Amino acid sequence: MDTILGVPAVALYGQLMLGLINGAFYALLSLGLAVIFGMMNVINFTHGAQFMMGAFVAWMLLNWAGLGYWWALILAPLAVGATGVVIERLMISRLYRLDHLYGLLLTFGLALIIEGLFRNFFGSSGLPYRIPAELQGAMDLGFMFLPNYRGWVIVASAVVCLLTWFVIERTRLGAYLRAATERPMLVRAFGVNVPRMITLTYGFGVALAAFAGVLAAPIYSVNPNMGSSLIIVVFAVVVIGGMGSIAGSIVTGFGLGVIEGLTKVFWPEASNTVIFVIMAIVLLLRPAGLFGRA
Amino acid sequence: MRINRRTLLGAAAAGALPLVTPLRGPRAQAGNTIRIGVLTDLSSLYTDLSGAGSVLGARMAVEDFNPAAKGFNVEIVSADHQNRADVGSTTARAWYDRDGVDAIVDLPNSAVVLAVNQITREKNKVMIVSTGATTDLTGPQCSPNAVHWTYDTYSQPAGTGRAMVAAGGDTWFFITADYAFGHSLEANTERFVTAAGGRVLGKVRHPFPGTDFSSFLLQAQSSRAKVIGLANAGGDFINCVKQAGEFGIVRRGQKLAGLLVFITDVHGLGLETAQGLTLTTAFYHDRNEQSRAFAARFHPRNRGIRPTMGHAGVYAGVLHYLKAVEAVGVQAAKSDGAAVVAAMKQMRTSDPLFGEGEIRQDGRKIHPMFLYEVKTPAESRGPWDYYKLIREIPPGDAWRPLADGNCPLVRT
Repeated sequence: MDTILGVPAVALYGQLMLGLINGAFYALLSLGLAVIFGMMNVINFTHGAQFMMGAFVAWMLLNWAGLGYWWALILAPLAVGATGVVIERLMISRLYRLDHLYGLLLTFGLALIIEGLFRNFFGSSGLPYRIPAELQGAMDLGFMFLPNYRGWVIVASAVVCLLTWFVIERTRLGAYLRAATERPMLVRAFGVNVPRMITLTYGFGVALAAFAGVLAAPIYSVNPNMGSSLIIVVFAVVVIGGMGSIAGSIVTGFGLGVIEGLTKVFWPEASNTVIFVIMAIVLLLRPAGLFGRA
Repeated sequence: MRINRRTLLGAAAAGALPLVTPLRGPRAQAGNTIRIGVLTDLSSLYTDLSGAGSVLGARMAVEDFNPAAKGFNVEIVSADHQNRADVGSTTARAWYDRDGVDAIVDLPNSAVVLAVNQITREKNKVMIVSTGATTDLTGPQCSPNAVHWTYDTYSQPAGTGRAMVAAGGDTWFFITADYAFGHSLEANTERFVTAAGGRVLGKVRHPFPGTDFSSFLLQAQSSRAKVIGLANAGGDFINCVKQAGEFGIVRRGQKLAGLLVFITDVHGLGLETAQGLTLTTAFYHDRNEQSRAFAARFHPRNRGIRPTMGHAGVYAGVLHYLKAVEAVGVQAAKSDGAAVVAAMKQMRTSDPLFGEGEIRQDGRKIHPMFLYEVKTPAESRGPWDYYKLIREIPPGDAWRPLADGNCPLVRT
């Protein structure tokens, strides 16, 4: 059997695939953060809590309303996105004129409150959520046994990432958005309702987090801490990709997932630090991030 | 903010307040009050198996002991150690030095246990561990100020590990939480496996706490070991089992061995996923009349969560501690923790949850353990009806022999 650095090549392909799957989550989450930061200059620390809320809303829809996974995939992002709109209107919109730090502190505080509330009501062991019947089972790829659901995660995440990139970088709506970040007064003078656009942008970023949460519900335990363990890594991904860069966050999300996956084979103990080592190196060499415009 | 005269005066008054406020209740009555600190995980992966339920267990022990009738008061305080040894140590020091705490109980997370153990000994207080697991506490690091109550990293594989090897699982692969607890559990299990003629084909240590275990599970799968030993607990264990189901590991003939499984984990997994798991526990809420009566009082006050063996251990440990306090006298108990622990070891233990037992010289509490299997959804009669008994493990088989622990307190 072929081996690469003492590891059977076949096993290595499997690990690459897994890295790609984790990368799909990093990409979706960091994309939401990048959209929010790019358009609003707010560092949204509530993102992990909103990811967790997405998973919980999926669970609630199933257990309280009898609506299954596919409904949750549509309704949960809408519901959580709506809470995002409320948060933006009531709180974040008051902080635009102040330093970034205030937005960071506000959203960090909100994350702690939301997670605490969920922990109070649902405990920490997590709730079971089944893989939908259509996606159960697995494919034998020859080099690995790929659960259908994980395959779906990669596809769904890639499609949503590309759509978002396309809307923001290639359409008229996206052009308005980008213009509104650069020169809000001027865009307003053209008759565009800039505050409403910003509110909806935040709602959209939050909905992306909730979408990732629904995707995660069947494979990770649905529990109040699920977001906080992921969010720090996702911030590192955003910093490496370049704050606010849409394409950068997608590419680095998938890329770092793969690097982390490989680390799990060669040096498992270091697998949760490797991303931060890369972050430190990137910041030293390219302070604006790999895809950032300094 | 503009500072005007009113805010300035207000701030000055607030600053001066501590100077004029007389020392409040606790200090004034400290002489007659025993304070017990529940140091636990209130915010992370071990919250349901310990956490608020442990605080409740301690409270219920105090209620059942009824110290007022015996002429002293007992207060319960609690804090979150965040699974960090530094936070645990700082809290323990503050509690002992500043807040007049006499005993610290619960302590999920072995790293915190070992840190607080040093401080407790140095300050001559009492530590009763109900959810921490490392056998080092009754081994090289044993202390005259500590009691290890519910289970440890020897008792768990002594049940599950032996049973799996006896059932033909003679090759193992470990997925281990990368800290004191995981290492200790893995090492002890490995000893049982090799002693029974089995072999360990490989091991992987995952960062603690983890989220995605699929990579480690795939490594375990390609090792072709018959048994995958999960030397982790709580949320890590739940995620491992869930993801193993997804990758069809059990369906393809490998068995999972959960080495430290709590009823709350099984509840979180659901019977569909957890069915058939073999596990070792010191307490099951549906075992006998007493355990059912305790659970019936406990769960309405704990968001419906049934008591885990950790909660039961806190209850029984605190109850026995208070009996010892009564025996040595409150004043002596406050000034000399080692004397209380000595009294705890001298008296036989007796409580509704663990029955009759004793505390060994090295601090190890001795009681039988139980080997259970998780029911199938069809066998379960309702929520929280999860286990069926395979057999009782007598104390002689459940605990590491006194002589093997290298505890300096044990003189031969």
